[in-house]
Amino acid sequence: MTSSNRPPVANFFPRDRSWHPKALTPDYKTSVLRSPAKPLVAFGNSLSETTGPAFGHDMLGPLDNDLVLNFASPGMSAIGERIIVEGRVLDERGQPVPNVLVEFWQANAGGRYRHKKDGYLAPLDPNFGGCGRTISGEDGAYSFRTVRPGPYPWPNGPNDWRPAHIHFSVFGHGFAQRLITQMYFEGDPLIARCPIVRTINDPRAVDQLTARLDMNASAPMDALAYRFDIVLRGSRSTLFENRMEGN
Amino acid sequence: MTRPTDTPLYPLRESPSQTAGPYVHIGLTPNFCGIGGVYATDLGTTMVGDRTKGERITLEGRVFDGGGNLIRDALVEIWQADADGVHHAKATADFCGWGRSPADAETGLFRFDTIKPGRVPFPDGRLQAPHINLWIVARGINLGLNTRIYFEDELDANAADPVLGRIEHRDRVATLISKGGAGRYSHDIHLQGPQETVFFDI
Repeated sequence: MTSSNRPPVANFFPRDRSWHPKALTPDYKTSVLRSPAKPLVAFGNSLSETTGPAFGHDMLGPLDNDLVLNFASPGMSAIGERIIVEGRVLDERGQPVPNVLVEFWQANAGGRYRHKKDGYLAPLDPNFGGCGRTISGEDGAYSFRTVRPGPYPWPNGPNDWRPAHIHFSVFGHGFAQRLITQMYFEGDPLIARCPIVRTINDPRAVDQLTARLDMNASAPMDALAYRFDIVLRGSRSTLFENRMEGN
Repeated sequence: MTRPTDTPLYPLRESPSQTAGPYVHIGLTPNFCGIGGVYATDLGTTMVGDRTKGERITLEGRVFDGGGNLIRDALVEIWQADADGVHHAKATADFCGWGRSPADAETGLFRFDTIKPGRVPFPDGRLQAPHINLWIVARGINLGLNTRIYFEDELDANAADPVLGRIEHRDRVATLISKGGAGRYSHDIHLQGPQETVFFDI
């Protein structure tokens, strides 16, 4: 056995599955047939769970974190409220999680997705694609520029509307930290009415997904800013090849 | 009897999960869904190269819901060791242990061209059977589901695998074992119902 093949001491904190949404949340109708009915099987983390893929900054294009421009024709930009979304990727111990890939996607300002399965009558914006990505810095910080997405109706209840939201996909340093979530906007009256938001039981957990207007980070005469920190699972002992001080 | 307090010991709590929704492809596989020109290629589509050590395999599968309906909007990621049983966080020109595949919009098939992984040690030192870690997200799935894929032609290793050994209801072990051999394996996943796949709390 090589040294890199030795079982690690690191073990992620167990997920608090009452803080996360449960699998079966019938008011979100699609969950009814897509939720396992049998209990999950638990076991201690092995290297298969504590390791995960790392992505280099060299994969990023210059506009990957600028949705206002990354699908726009030359000289054009996306229509809508220009915003900056910024925050940090942290773990449950409050430590920054550096060098991890953060991907995001969203509808345009009118609530229309650039996806062939979205038949909503609001039009596509020819200068808006809706995808972006970045890699967290040494302090866990990330940011991107976009337009604020619009709410949109969806076939769940007879008159359900999603609040304005941006989807986030985040990698940690272990595959067990893999997380997809959604960011909502402070003050949106649709948040409390949404069956997907309400798959989460604890209002504090919903609050954690609600970005705050951050006037200090806004760009005067250009874009407002929203702050959204992302928290990944902590670990009992964090052994990263290049960060031995975590132990 | 005292109940645990509601005050967390650590300063932060994990961001709660939300469903990836039906348009997950926009963010994670934009070229697949017709959004070209933003990223050169979709991430996670190439795992092996000409010089990759190990037995080439193709792994295909589908995901079904509790009504037996094919799910065509799932997205699957895998994470695996190399042929020597070593995980490499950084992809090299030779091998990337991570892959991402959307279900095909018509057939529902996800597909990975990879290698058969070597055996990875469990924390107690025992060797695990060759396996691939799988993570599934989709509309209707509130928190990504973790499972594993083992191989039908690794009978002895599977019999001694510490994770498979944790599964109390022995008839459910078969839900984790892909069918095939000679470089081609198929593996269907059932989210719910009589054939329900074992999912893990990892």
